[in-house]
Amino acid sequence: MAAPGAKQEGFYDCRDAWAKTLEDLAQQDPRIVAVVNDSVGSSKLGGFQKKFPDRLINVGIAEQNMVGVGAGLANGGRIPFVSAAACFLTARALEQVKADVAYANFNVKLVGQSSGVAYGELGPTHHSIEDFAWLRPLSNITVVAPADSWETAEAIKWAAAHEGPVYIRLSRMPVPDLQVVDRKFRPGKAELVRDGGDVTLIACGTTVHLAVDAAGALQREGITARVLNMATINPLDETAVAAAADDTGAIVTIEEAGIRGGLGGAVAEFTSSHVPVPVERVGFPGFVPTGSVDWLFQQFGLTSPGIVDAARRAIVRKRA
Amino acid sequence: MLKNDTVNTIREKALWMRRKAFTMVFDAQLGHPGGDFSAIDIIATLYFGVMRYDASRPEMADRDRFIMSKGHATGALYTALCAAGYYPEDWLATYMQPNSRLNGHPNRNYLPGVETNTGPLGHGMPVGLGIAIAGQLIDSNYRTFVLTGDGELQEGSNWEAAMTAGNRKLGKFTLIVDRNRLQQGMGTEETNGLDPLDDKFRAFGWDATVVDGHDVAALLDALTEPPGGRSKPLCVIANTIKGKGVSFMENKASWHHGVPNAEQYGQAMEELV
Repeated sequence: MAAPGAKQEGFYDCRDAWAKTLEDLAQQDPRIVAVVNDSVGSSKLGGFQKKFPDRLINVGIAEQNMVGVGAGLANGGRIPFVSAAACFLTARALEQVKADVAYANFNVKLVGQSSGVAYGELGPTHHSIEDFAWLRPLSNITVVAPADSWETAEAIKWAAAHEGPVYIRLSRMPVPDLQVVDRKFRPGKAELVRDGGDVTLIACGTTVHLAVDAAGALQREGITARVLNMATINPLDETAVAAAADDTGAIVTIEEAGIRGGLGGAVAEFTSSHVPVPVERVGFPGFVPTGSVDWLFQQFGLTSPGIVDAARRAIVRKRA
Repeated sequence: MLKNDTVNTIREKALWMRRKAFTMVFDAQLGHPGGDFSAIDIIATLYFGVMRYDASRPEMADRDRFIMSKGHATGALYTALCAAGYYPEDWLATYMQPNSRLNGHPNRNYLPGVETNTGPLGHGMPVGLGIAIAGQLIDSNYRTFVLTGDGELQEGSNWEAAMTAGNRKLGKFTLIVDRNRLQQGMGTEETNGLDPLDDKFRAFGWDATVVDGHDVAALLDALTEPPGGRSKPLCVIANTIKGKGVSFMENKASWHHGVPNAEQYGQAMEELV
């Protein structure tokens, strides 16, 4: 398996797709603006800034102001994409996200960059593994974690056209393009990446390709796994989860996020009420120790072998 | 309209707003009447002497915007929007009742004329700043007014926004500080002092002026845009009296969210004439 942080052929940084898509959209629609907190470089918005200098609003290192300004720009008829490191965007400015964006229901697009543990050795202050848990209860924010460059571009296009608050969670870790035929981005809907009958692997963002690898490894053991790309965390595709529970009887969730309150939490909430089946949650149990992204993924089982192990545990539990 | 006529109109509206707001608080036995009354003359001046808007078209793109950052003073805001024609008077009687559009803090999705949801302090300035930047981007002439409490300025988000507004030279952006010198528990200066407030704003690249926040003519002068507009954002520090207009409420921190009994209500109605 490829180490997630490594530069590797066929792996792409989704921020490139985000930046190019936003520039293309801004060319077509003068209402689109970007709002940043001194995060032009980390948001890869240098090109946007060159093309549309007036429409790149840099409020400096001031996240509360940044998110409030986003809401105000929406009031003024603009379509703001507020882009910053996910940790600061969602944690420092959480009350603004709650009150000014979600509760006020403004047409603001929040884009969390370098989410999860992408900042590796910089540690939990810079990790954003809590963002799903913080934003999911703000029920009118659509939360999307694209799995690859194509899905990133599609999610950005959809968000620009959609009237309402959206949080798009991006990484800086290169990921391969998913191999799915006839893809169409459908917000709020799981994407069937691979079908199977013994267990369902539900992943999002940077972990979907790992789930695909794990399904291949399980296949060699005679276990067939369904793989769902659950790009939209909120609202959860309950129909797809119910079908997974009914058809396969066991579920593994995999996310580059905390195991409490995120994708795994959402799936566990739903299944426990409606279709109780074993659910194994792969992710981070809390603040993580110092280490590189690759090491953290290995350490916490966000790897093909780690997912295979979780699948075996889930299958054993359903037979118990 | 002659200035004297405008001043008289504003005073009449402000009196009506005080009576209505106090009645709403009495009926609901909930609210923040002290802060309502310190802010009412300012808000009445904006809606009936300064701002351009059309209550029948609350989404009009080039309307002037008012943001009530001290969102708890809903008695002042809701009566102003009602007097401005955004909704009928009978809505006021539902104040804080179950499923009312008149929530304890304003919600733009419930009420026409509310520009953004406020309540937690320190939110109005950044949102107002974004509105003003949007106007700057499209070269619109609309003005954006934000009213904050003075204690509210202890929230750091205000100063983040103040820095940006000064740096962007947003001449269409006006902050009014309801300077009643009292916060929920005690005086602002004994809690976390703000003086000299005007100099603080000047240091952030703003124009700043200090007026009597109950002198309608002075408020009109301060808030009316000079010919040719402004090249910096403007901070109007309005010196006010918490509970202004009712003798037993004036300058009493306990009326921040105190509510009247029947006797107090009766006395207030006798004084508010």
